[in-house]
Amino acid sequence: MTPEIGQFALSLALVLAVIQSILPMFGAARGNMLWMQSARSTALGQALFVAVAFAALMRSFIISDFTVVNVVENSNSLQPMLFKVAGTWGSHEGSLLLWVLILAIFGLGVALFGSNIPAALRARTLSVQAWISVGFLSFLLLTSNPFERVFPAPLDGTDLNPLLQDFGLAIHPPLLYFGYVGFSIVFSFAVAALIEGRVDAAWARWVRPWTLAAWISLTAGIALGSWWAYYELGWGGWWFWDPVENVSFMPWLLGTALLHSAIVTEKRGAFKSWTILLAILTFSLSLLGTFIVRSGVLTSVHAFAVDPERGFYILGLLGLSIGGSLALYAWRAPAMEGGGLFAPVSREAGLLINNLLLVVAAGIVLFGTLYPLILEAVTGDKISVGPPFFNASFIPVMLPLIFLMGIGPFLSWKRADLRGILQRLAVIAVISVLIALGSWYLTTGGPALAIISIALAIWLLLATAREWAMRIKLFNAPLAESLRRARNLPRAAHGMSLAHAGMAIAILGFVGSSAWKSEEIVFVTPGSSIHIAGFDVRFDGTERVPGPNYVADRGTLVVTKDGVPVTTLYPERRYYPVAQSTTTESAIRQTLAGDLYASLSTPAAEGATEGAWTLRILYEPLVNFIWIGSILLCFGGGLSLSDRRLRIGAPRPKAKTRKTQSAPLATPAE
Amino acid sequence: MKRLVFTLPIVIVLVLGGFLLWGLNPGRNPSEIPSVLISQPVPQFQLASIEGVGVPGLSTDDVAQAGEVVVVNVFASWCVPCRAEHAVLTRLVRQDGVRLMGINYKDKPEDARRWLDDLGNPYERIGSDLDGRAGIEWGISGVPETFIVGADGLVLFRYVGPVTGPKAEAKFMQALEQAQAQAIESAAEPAQAMAESSS
Amino acid sequence: MIKKSLITLSVLLAMTLPANAVEPDEILEDAVLETRARDLSRQVRCVVCQNQDIDSSNAGVARDLRILVRERLTEGDSDPEVLAYLVARYGDYVLFKPPWKPITYALWLAPGVMIIFGGIAVLFVLFSTRRRRNSTENLSDADEAEIAEIIEKSATKKNMVEN
Repeated sequence: MTPEIGQFALSLALVLAVIQSILPMFGAARGNMLWMQSARSTALGQALFVAVAFAALMRSFIISDFTVVNVVENSNSLQPMLFKVAGTWGSHEGSLLLWVLILAIFGLGVALFGSNIPAALRARTLSVQAWISVGFLSFLLLTSNPFERVFPAPLDGTDLNPLLQDFGLAIHPPLLYFGYVGFSIVFSFAVAALIEGRVDAAWARWVRPWTLAAWISLTAGIALGSWWAYYELGWGGWWFWDPVENVSFMPWLLGTALLHSAIVTEKRGAFKSWTILLAILTFSLSLLGTFIVRSGVLTSVHAFAVDPERGFYILGLLGLSIGGSLALYAWRAPAMEGGGLFAPVSREAGLLINNLLLVVAAGIVLFGTLYPLILEAVTGDKISVGPPFFNASFIPVMLPLIFLMGIGPFLSWKRADLRGILQRLAVIAVISVLIALGSWYLTTGGPALAIISIALAIWLLLATAREWAMRIKLFNAPLAESLRRARNLPRAAHGMSLAHAGMAIAILGFVGSSAWKSEEIVFVTPGSSIHIAGFDVRFDGTERVPGPNYVADRGTLVVTKDGVPVTTLYPERRYYPVAQSTTTESAIRQTLAGDLYASLSTPAAEGATEGAWTLRILYEPLVNFIWIGSILLCFGGGLSLSDRRLRIGAPRPKAKTRKTQSAPLATPAE
Repeated sequence: MKRLVFTLPIVIVLVLGGFLLWGLNPGRNPSEIPSVLISQPVPQFQLASIEGVGVPGLSTDDVAQAGEVVVVNVFASWCVPCRAEHAVLTRLVRQDGVRLMGINYKDKPEDARRWLDDLGNPYERIGSDLDGRAGIEWGISGVPETFIVGADGLVLFRYVGPVTGPKAEAKFMQALEQAQAQAIESAAEPAQAMAESSS
Repeated sequence: MIKKSLITLSVLLAMTLPANAVEPDEILEDAVLETRARDLSRQVRCVVCQNQDIDSSNAGVARDLRILVRERLTEGDSDPEVLAYLVARYGDYVLFKPPWKPITYALWLAPGVMIIFGGIAVLFVLFSTRRRRNSTENLSDADEAEIAEIIEKSATKKNMVEN
């Protein structure tokens, strides 16, 4: 009965979405308050019904209802409860249901918490959001129904792919989708503004919290995905420029550009049409990602099951939404007025260059990802575009950006004194170079690119700290004064400093773990010992350990350094009988300085000694800086999100304040 | 001019969309690699025979110097689809008189022997590729794969996967017929010249 | 159907043990050659996997190719020669770093082209702003008159408020 309720709820949600896509839009055009307000109820209803459907699917997983095809294909009675629940979104249909749920939640968010947004804009935004919902709900119901049944029910399910049976799986998709799909509301705001024909500083202010929320979530989702790949896949890597990774990264790049461009629109009324374009393109890339992952157009380790019919449907949705919005943009955007003027050296100019570099970076990733497809279509040749291309073209674009990030916060609006800023930063520049040279010496001549990156990361970290210290007059005034200033500084300022610092730290992690990784691969029998990165690792054999739905061979590795015991690692090799596949669970010792990373596997070579295992140990310096930096990025965003100014509301027209006061607040000099 | 700039995004999107649409073509397999051997001479390889099977081993000359169209089939006893394909290949040899040669890919000799005893041996020659190196020379990415080599010693066609089912068989037969027609044509030319010079 | 199961089979094979796949018996004695082998392996695409390099794939063909790469290196081939050997048998598809040929000019040149075009657009915006700003320094006579009127009006209003 529950699956039927779920399906029915989805249909109801679709009906409400259809209503929401029409009524409020017409209401806004005619000034009909009732119609505009209807969006609130339909948004609530939609979110409610989709949530019911989601809960219905989740319940089917929890009780292991094998009459539901989706549960059969992605679960098993022996599976741990966490993965039964997570299996809800482990398949194409389930993850799409999650997609639609988040779409509805964001719509509801605007309906409930957007009271400071003018009624007409809010109504139009919710209508546009509903258009997207209609598209995806119908896609779900018509081609990817998660509630399909099978009778008679099989005795047991075929188990969730063992690779996915991991804590990381439980969190990665919801977080990622919250970001990915969250940009939909920003898209809706942009299209609504285009329809209304007005974009101004106030619009940028209203859109900001939603952009931030989506961006924070996407940052966390991507970082979590990388972290999961790192400890689960066993080769110590955390990014492979795989198409599915790329399609989550592109919205992040454009979302970051959007965040920065919107600041200019908010503060100075400039870059309006550009901000609108970014708002549309960010979500467009999310949609593109959804298409690529589910259509089988590109090969990838992450892709869902291939089905061209679904691909056509999604492509149709893409055509309508992206094509429609960009056509609207081409028509309406030219009429938007330009904003404040600024000098070639100013904060506006800095942010413009920031946007240029981020957009070019996203363009490179997009072109590289799609090139094999394009080439095959044009000439029939098949080539591969992998990490060597992306690293060679992406990194050189990012390096100048990191350098400029150090200077940016110092720039003032309209016109800035570059020479003064550079003078102030000269000492920091020297320190950065010295530290970089120091690391070159320590690592006995690392690759040049790594040394340059270290210099830039240190530069960014110190420049950000310097700017923050200057703002609160740290060391330049009594501590109490500095604390007072820090308290009065808008949270967004702290947020920016924290986020930029986080980026710097993450870069140190990127460089350390890629450039100075060391590795040992040996056959081991109980008692053998190997030496890596100053550690001695002794293999003490394996034992058979049963798990809930697997059998594992667990190895014991005793790690010492100069005779002093450091830790014991227990890597495992797990065999899942239902899915008939094996996974490697690595054992990692994490410290700030680096990770000691061990994994065991059975030797592939014939004639290997009986009882021998292949042991792989990696030492990854500074790798944890990546995760720490990412967390700081998210905290920085969170701080900005909690800024009071975003909640006070839209800037009110001055006329109101004057009426309530007996004497004018500030009179021009007479 | 300004208007033109604003239409740029949608133009780019439409172009990319066109490519994505092309990519959805159901006949397309994104992970299939086109063979670089087509229209190239047979690769260099030399394989010993499988003991006890009764047919000699296989090397480049056996395929290239045969003087007629040869079908080279890469198979293994551990390859499940190969069993189904075996019947089709046997029919080709018996009914159509196709010259069939095999490469036994990464198979233990006793397993291959057993498999051939079980199903029968349609192969004129079989090379035992124990380490898979010959397979790499032929650029294979899996088993089974079947090649059609023309009478002139050039590789004309490659089929990935088992040649089973009406579509696959039709495609393969078409390529085979083309290869044979080509062989007859090039054989006819010197004969024609001789006829002309003698009259 | 069979093709589908073949693909499924190879995908499953590729997905098991998705660990770094080099086996100890493959490792060369010569450390320099071994480093070259590892670097090259990371550039070679595994032909049966879904977008993995042969260094990290567990597929049988990947292992064969790893051994082959090391063999060629021990025979004295240079890095480009080793890659060319593989390309001769599998085509450009097997290279993760696209070669520099007419069909990939567009790919390799794209980043530079994007930067240049973007840079020009940015310069245009930055310096046309200055031009615009300079041009607004002179108001037209009609504007001047309008401003004078507004100033007068607000002065009158202020008098009224203060009284």
